[in-house]
Amino acid sequence: MDIERIDQIIDRHQGEASSLIQVLLDIQSENHWLPKLALSRVSEKLQVELSRIRHIATFYKAFSLVPKGRHEVHICMGTACHVRGATRVLDKVQEFTGLKPGETDLELKFSLETVNCLGCCALGPVMEINGKTHGKLSPGQAADVLGGYE
Amino acid sequence: MARINSPEELAKVRHDVLAKRDPKAPRMSICAGTGCLASGASQVVAAAEQEIEQQGLKGSVELRGTGCHGFCERGPIIVMAPEETCYLQVTPEDVPEIVSQTLREKKVVERLLYVDPTTGEKVPNESDIPFYKNQERLVFGPNRKIDPRSIEDYLAIGGYEALAKALFEMTPEQVIGEVKEANLRGRGGGGFPAGIKWEAARNAPGDPKYVIVNCDEGDPGAYMDRSLMEGNPFSVLEGLLIGAYAIGAQEGYVYIRQEYPLAVENLGIAIEKAEQYGLLGKDVLGSGFDFNIKVHRGAGAFVCGEETALLMSLEGKVGEPRPRPPYPAVSGLWGKPTNINNVETWATIPLIVNRGGSAFASIGTEGSKGTKIFSLVGKITNTGLVEVPMGITLRDIVYKIGGGIPGGKKFKAVQTGGPSGGCIPEERLDLKVDFDELTKAGSMMGSGGMIVMDEDTCMVDVARYFINFLTDESCGKCVPCREGLRQMQKILTRFTEGKGKESDIEVLEGLAEVAQEASLCALGKTGPNPFLSTFRYFRDEYEAHIKEKRCPALSCKALIATIIDPEKCKACMLCLKACPEGAIDGGKKKIHIIDQEKCTNCGTCLEVCPSRFDAVRKISGEPVPPPIPEAQRMIVKKAKRNVT
Repeated sequence: MDIERIDQIIDRHQGEASSLIQVLLDIQSENHWLPKLALSRVSEKLQVELSRIRHIATFYKAFSLVPKGRHEVHICMGTACHVRGATRVLDKVQEFTGLKPGETDLELKFSLETVNCLGCCALGPVMEINGKTHGKLSPGQAADVLGGYE
Repeated sequence: MARINSPEELAKVRHDVLAKRDPKAPRMSICAGTGCLASGASQVVAAAEQEIEQQGLKGSVELRGTGCHGFCERGPIIVMAPEETCYLQVTPEDVPEIVSQTLREKKVVERLLYVDPTTGEKVPNESDIPFYKNQERLVFGPNRKIDPRSIEDYLAIGGYEALAKALFEMTPEQVIGEVKEANLRGRGGGGFPAGIKWEAARNAPGDPKYVIVNCDEGDPGAYMDRSLMEGNPFSVLEGLLIGAYAIGAQEGYVYIRQEYPLAVENLGIAIEKAEQYGLLGKDVLGSGFDFNIKVHRGAGAFVCGEETALLMSLEGKVGEPRPRPPYPAVSGLWGKPTNINNVETWATIPLIVNRGGSAFASIGTEGSKGTKIFSLVGKITNTGLVEVPMGITLRDIVYKIGGGIPGGKKFKAVQTGGPSGGCIPEERLDLKVDFDELTKAGSMMGSGGMIVMDEDTCMVDVARYFINFLTDESCGKCVPCREGLRQMQKILTRFTEGKGKESDIEVLEGLAEVAQEASLCALGKTGPNPFLSTFRYFRDEYEAHIKEKRCPALSCKALIATIIDPEKCKACMLCLKACPEGAIDGGKKKIHIIDQEKCTNCGTCLEVCPSRFDAVRKISGEPVPPPIPEAQRMIVKKAKRNVT
């Protein structure tokens, strides 16, 4: 992500007292993670100490300080999915990818995250990959779905 | 579109919108809420557009993608107007038939109708389906009638009438008076009377004042706020404007989870449209009242649903709660008087202004008025969003509306109030659902999540699950919450692993008491609830885990074993092929055996074993029977005997 693009995002939120989190969210959603360069630039432009930015970037779940894989896998661990067997799906996905929630593999293929509720409880257990929802999954089906990603 | 500058112009615009529409003209409304989209609604919409064009009906049929209808279990849903025929679980392949049969021939496509499970009868009309019939959809009802991105649709159903009434016929005090008379209690979880909160903010010295929509709906299994924001954002904006006028605020914020992309998008469109129509911004409706809204996306922190943490987050800080008092009504955003209500509360306001506070208060119980939207999820036949009058029994919600437990399983409990709520057992099913009764039963209303659990759900594991959730989401400011919940989580995890001690219960109770007494915000104060309420009603399950190392629900992996009954196994090879661990030994006509060393109790074999064989089962608290001798494993003779 280049400096100009970061500046554009910062300018878009200029003048809002609460803009810091919104700026970081926009960078995160475009770049999928927050590189150090981006954080320094935000710090400089918004006149906020880098320590405070890191405080925020580590507090809120939406932010990542490490690069993400090509495929972002979200396993819903909401209550409805939990009682319908989400843990078994998660176990299988962990085994298949070799990742724990929050991790990304070295080839940058998959990033695995657990989420608290995707709000499509009728489809539980649910796994979301790159925004596409896969519902009513058995552990085996979850592995099959993941197997289809390059 | 020109601005609307007076109530008369508003009436005229509505009249013009309605004049263009023929109420008898055919309409096709497709639910395009997040739930239905996940089940493929966008392909259904695309197919409908294409089919209507191909069959030469373009222009004569109104096709509308609406917000969530609530019956998520059976999505994607299409409702055909004016007949109100409701088609369920529609696929793109069904669309040509719907267009040719229902739109052209006026015939009903029978196979897509709801079938009553008891009578086997087909139910064509949406309002006759038991799921809908037993609800009272005052706030959520309009969702299915409008395209959430069309302000004309909202105006057509009487939108902004309440705002015009408030601005031109009522003083701010009168508006607050109506809300107080309605005794509307906050729908976000606290249940504090909105009218009293508004009055405090109005009377508090300080300028400017702020009003805030809390759409940081973080409770897992609850999505009513998202569905309202997605499906009817104008109603939330209208309620917010009325509140702002009553309180004397000219600036508002919507704090919305970025995990709700469709809600963020529809809200943005609604704000833009409302500004174009003069229903937001300077001189709203020509009344001289100015009001602006900013949208703040939340970055994913459960605790930010708590109002003081939300304020910190809005100020660009880490979302850690601060002590109350001072309450936000006195010192809120940037130290100014601030009123925060959740989405559902704001969306209820236009209804109260239109119908009057007393009419609203005529619905419900002594202490809880009006209707409430619940998200009914978990082990329930009809997963979805339901709106019911306060005071309805849990039994009616679970059985009449929810259709009971699927798969012939037995009801065990319903969990209400989000992670820090509690579980209500079967013997309390006749409890009348309202704020006070739920609290008395050791649970709470919360934002309205209802997670139904059946006999396969382990209550110790449920407690562990919620405490684990809260440990993760604790902001870390107060030690009793940060450390106390963590210790509780460790102990509960030990229980589920069969490593519990009897003395642990006392430790849990002690930790719970300290967290309740000494935490700043509701997250910590109510954090121990999942343990306390499950322990209150399901003590026997705790005892089984601790004393007998047995999980009665056969759910805790460390305490169960999966076995194949050699008497029942027909050596069909299904489980053998499906086992992800390769833990099943057997072959054609050779009775299968599970290698307990390799088995992870994932349950796959249990799922694939044909129900007519029913050979796989889980056991707990008893030793695994030794495998049958090799010599007896071939079932050739047995099979022959069965044939003759």
